[in-house]
Amino acid sequence: MVLPTLDSPPYDPTGLDRRDFVKVCSMAAAAIGLPAEAAAAFVENIQAGRKPSVIWLHNQECTGCTESLLRTTHPTLDELILDLVSLDYHETLMVAAGHQAEEVRRSVMEENDGAYICVIEGAIPMKDDGVYCQIAGHTSRDLVREVAGRAGAVIAIGSCASWGGIPSAAPNPTGAIGAPELLEGLTVVSLPGCPSNPYNFLGVALQYATFGTLPELDALGRPSFAYGRYIHEHCPRRAHFDAGRFVKQFGDEGHRQGWCLYQMGCKGPVTKANCSTLNFGEVDDAWPIGIGAPCFGCTEEGVGFTLGKFETVEITEATPPATYPPIFSSREGPNPWATMALGGIIGGAIGGGIIAAKKVSQPSEDEIGLGEV
Amino acid sequence: MNNEHGVPTPVGGKIMTPVMKFCLALTGITAVLLIYRFLVGLGAVTNMTDGHPWGLWIAFDVVTGTALACGGYAIALLIYVFNKGKYHPLIRSAILTSALGYTLGAIGVIIDLGRPWWTWKLPVFFWTWNLDSVQLEVALCIMLYTAVLWIEMAPVFMERWEEQDEKPKLQEFSRKWTPILMKAMPWLIALGIVLPTMHQSSLGSMILLAGPKLHPLWLTPWLPFFFLVSCIAMGYGMVVLETMWSRTVYSRYRETSILQALAPAMVVVLLVWVGVRLFDVFASGKTGYLFNLDRFSMLFWAEILLFTVPAVILMMKPTRTDKYRYRLFVSAGMMVTGGMLHRFTAYWFAYNPGEHWNLYFPSMFEIFVTVGLIAAEVAAFMYIIKRFPILTGRPSAALPT
Amino acid sequence: MDISRRGALKVAAFGAATVAGARKAEAREKKTAPADATGMLYDATLCIGCKACVAACRDANDLELEAHSVLYDDPQDLTANTCNIIKFYDGEDQQSFVKQQCMHCIDPACAAACMMGSFQKRQNGIVTWKPERCIGCRYCQVACPFNIPKFEWDSAVPAMVKCQMCLAKAGTTEAGQLNEVGQPACTEVCPRQAVIYGPYQELKAEALRRIAEEPDRYEDHVYGLEEVGGTQVLYLTARGVSFQKLGLPELGTEPVPALPVGLQHTIYKGFVAPVAVYGIVAGLVWRARRQQDDAGEEVGA
Repeated sequence: MVLPTLDSPPYDPTGLDRRDFVKVCSMAAAAIGLPAEAAAAFVENIQAGRKPSVIWLHNQECTGCTESLLRTTHPTLDELILDLVSLDYHETLMVAAGHQAEEVRRSVMEENDGAYICVIEGAIPMKDDGVYCQIAGHTSRDLVREVAGRAGAVIAIGSCASWGGIPSAAPNPTGAIGAPELLEGLTVVSLPGCPSNPYNFLGVALQYATFGTLPELDALGRPSFAYGRYIHEHCPRRAHFDAGRFVKQFGDEGHRQGWCLYQMGCKGPVTKANCSTLNFGEVDDAWPIGIGAPCFGCTEEGVGFTLGKFETVEITEATPPATYPPIFSSREGPNPWATMALGGIIGGAIGGGIIAAKKVSQPSEDEIGLGEV
Repeated sequence: MNNEHGVPTPVGGKIMTPVMKFCLALTGITAVLLIYRFLVGLGAVTNMTDGHPWGLWIAFDVVTGTALACGGYAIALLIYVFNKGKYHPLIRSAILTSALGYTLGAIGVIIDLGRPWWTWKLPVFFWTWNLDSVQLEVALCIMLYTAVLWIEMAPVFMERWEEQDEKPKLQEFSRKWTPILMKAMPWLIALGIVLPTMHQSSLGSMILLAGPKLHPLWLTPWLPFFFLVSCIAMGYGMVVLETMWSRTVYSRYRETSILQALAPAMVVVLLVWVGVRLFDVFASGKTGYLFNLDRFSMLFWAEILLFTVPAVILMMKPTRTDKYRYRLFVSAGMMVTGGMLHRFTAYWFAYNPGEHWNLYFPSMFEIFVTVGLIAAEVAAFMYIIKRFPILTGRPSAALPT
Repeated sequence: MDISRRGALKVAAFGAATVAGARKAEAREKKTAPADATGMLYDATLCIGCKACVAACRDANDLELEAHSVLYDDPQDLTANTCNIIKFYDGEDQQSFVKQQCMHCIDPACAAACMMGSFQKRQNGIVTWKPERCIGCRYCQVACPFNIPKFEWDSAVPAMVKCQMCLAKAGTTEAGQLNEVGQPACTEVCPRQAVIYGPYQELKAEALRRIAEEPDRYEDHVYGLEEVGGTQVLYLTARGVSFQKLGLPELGTEPVPALPVGLQHTIYKGFVAPVAVYGIVAGLVWRARRQQDDAGEEVGA
């Protein structure tokens, strides 16, 4: 795959040959852990012209989640939006603006009623009737309700859309909430993170686009494949934690050695995400802990933007227990050879004693008793 | 009386008998092993661990070994405290056994110590003594008593040296020092009675510091009493065993009647021990442990049996006759075994640091070294009785090979 | 019967003396914590098992690493290289960590055992070991009810090793001051303040206060207040996790040295008894020798 440069010829959307195209689909499938057959299914679907429609809403957000999507390479964003899905409404990327854009949105909703993917980026303000975020006079609240209500799948990308994120940080002046709270009753796939890891989004979107299904979700609507474990449980620095090697100050010897950041306030033990294994920007260790900054729990409501950056957290699940010594170790038995030897000696002593007893009992001719002279 | 039993004389005869060669070989190997032990440390050669820091070497070589060497003490008690002069023919070999036994016990301690090079500091730095430590008294007493025993042996050596015209230096030494020694002897004998009373009982007190780790049947303030009385019993037992055996081997007058006369003393000691032992268990409400059918109750009853059965046998009239002298021998053996078992139990079997610690069993190395030390003692004993006047009784017609 | 009435009386007298000693074993005074005693309070409910204390202890005392598995330092128990350890209790309903180290008893059995004075309660009541008089007899190991002192079995010049609250660091013979921050390394690094250091009386009060304030959180007992006469290291545990589950033995309130030391002091008080007995025995020996000499029985060794 050649990335375009300034000297490259202009992009030809039809110019992707089949081989590259299959490669894109394979990589996309691999990136999200779907089996190889999924790649074939992607290819088939898309060639049959069945690209799912995506309506992407922006609310109180920084657009960071979109930006992070721009940094993928398998597939790249252009491959995604041109070949794999039909991104029909995206305020940052679309060419249309103003009333024209809103008109597009409405017609797409009509055409694909019940089938399109609604992606929500950003928190929704509820205070004062939601006036703090409006597009064309409509509040985000109403927009989200309307679009999500008629969608085939709803994905809340980023912490802001998942539970409120930064806008909801105390004192939460706008009454910002996340999409699942607003859309009670609907199944909303939450992909918290700040930003959300783009591959988690790609995985969900492509799975829905290909199979029409959503991945397994936990109680908060987060896909288990990405949010099933605490960072602490699959952190590359876990060995340092287990051996008690902690960074005490930024820049100290431990920090240079890459030791555990727990004592610097790392929220890994209470934060579920897969940053530790997926990383960002497709560069190894390009994630907070990897570059020596303690995790601040951006995915978790009540942790990110709530707890102090350097506040240490409790560890509620001590896993895995195998690395701690038990209270009592098991017991070993005695060496059989030594037992035999000692047994032999004791037996010999008893035997010898019996023989000796017999011997001393025999009188000698010299012996005379007391009283006899 | 002297005329009947004969004055003590050396047994004479060849020193390097096959038995002696065997014993010296074991001793030699043990010496080499000990060099290795001091080079590599205790962990490499013993099975002692932090859970069981004391093993065979303490339980047997030191605690039991010194008790087996209490013959001198037990006989001295009879001769000098109870004024029974007729036991004199027994005293020399008893003191010899004691001297050798305590020396080997001391060597056993040194082998077991992790840092023996500071041992000299104990008698010298008296201002650092920890008067709370029971072991302090045990260690000092044993050091002093071992010295006393060898000084008590000195007249025996000097008696021989006086006769040896071919060694004028030794002769002179003996002639000069014998009278001085004789004057001091009563004080030494008294010391030789008080010191073992002190430390043999304190060996019992010592293990009481294991506290909750010691089984309740042995965790009793009476333990020093049990250790003291049983050491006297073991002393008599060893005197009987060793007297009967060595005189049989070297065809000397058996002194059976004197040994038989010990029977009442033995009976008293044994029955006192058993009586107080049972009384203590009942009075302190520990009877529950007696019938558990676990190994501790078995050990307890074994101790009781090993002390009661000989008492019964010794009380029976036939035992006091020559025909049944093997009963005397067997009873003595049981008493000695009973005392040994009591000590082994207190220092090893009944010591439980906790259920999860590995059980202790001595390693081959530990067993071999113990056997080697015994061999050394036997070798020394054989040499000394052959060259120095220890055994009484006329030699028999046929000398041993 | 050869034993005369007099002889029997002598036996009885001796027995009586020992009996008296046995009965008066409780005569030993109960020791209390010194006025400047410091200690540690470990709250198992706060501990997260990070093992920073284990690493810090290694560091502060120059102890070697112990690798038992893929981790390069995972001690399984207190050893001659590990003075402080975190263990994990994996119960069916509850889990807990426990920190194990020397309990710094108020009446330490190890100090009562050590005849050479190597183990002693020194500054702030902290129990420390000095190498210059230790002969490695390991009586201290026999004595300690918690099995704390460890012996360097694999060394030709073995030392006794245990937590000394960073008072006397490895390799030095002087009882130095506590490290630069004025407290042991483990309490200094603990990120959750699960183990804290301070004056013993304050820690005692704090432990009782915590139980009083949150009775549902803790077992209603501070371990170490009374056990074996009191220890300067105190433990709190979560309700439902008994101290025995954490490996802390169930012990009585009597200090371990009470029985043997009490016995010993009663019998040997002021060394009167041995001297008196010696005098009596010497007199008996004189008499016996003279009488036996007169009777023509062999006298001498």
